[in-house]
Amino acid sequence: MGAEARMEEATMKIEVLGTGCAKCKSLAKNVEKAVAEAGVEAEVVKVESLQEIMNRGVMMTPALFIDGEAVAVGRAPSVAEIKGMLKR
Amino acid sequence: MLEKEDERKEEGCLCASGDLLFLACAGGSNVGQISNQAAVELAKEGRGKLFCLAGIGAHIDAMILPAKERKLVAIDGCPVQCAKKILDHAGLPAALAVVVTDLGIEKSPRLEVEAADCERVVERIKEGLRG
Repeated sequence: MGAEARMEEATMKIEVLGTGCAKCKSLAKNVEKAVAEAGVEAEVVKVESLQEIMNRGVMMTPALFIDGEAVAVGRAPSVAEIKGMLKR
Repeated sequence: MLEKEDERKEEGCLCASGDLLFLACAGGSNVGQISNQAAVELAKEGRGKLFCLAGIGAHIDAMILPAKERKLVAIDGCPVQCAKKILDHAGLPAALAVVVTDLGIEKSPRLEVEAADCERVVERIKEGLRG
């Protein structure tokens, strides 16, 4: 695999789904901290539209998606747990 | 704090609270429709959350993940127990399984829901949750 191909797959997409209540904010903070501590290159996106959240099949928030896959729904994982999820 | 909680509910916030999910078969008969209506009534009373059985059957991760961490109530219309079996197939055993016909309500192809029948199912589930 060439250097260009490796760079293309480097950026991870992390989505924090929640309409903005305390639990959602707590998850967003934990994600930011986990990304910084793990030293991974990631694009962190907050999805706050209720319509978009429900259209993704999420009926309980907060939710965390990594590269399009649901990894936690209806709870806010800790920084340590998120760091574990970032190892792929 | 409570006011904020109420505001969030009015806005349709999905913020997870409680640990009880109601999953009804919602089948194509009177008892199937009663199962769904009972789940709706219980959710409206704040006893737990009405959850999507179809999402579990489709193995949607966003549905399976929260269900794994909560107490599940399967509400089936008839002894075929599709709701309970869907949960079993997904590796999600129900903490309480109620069958509408077990309460003496006869299954028929009519889709009308009698309020009194629905109330009996609601009471049976409340009883089961207490016990």
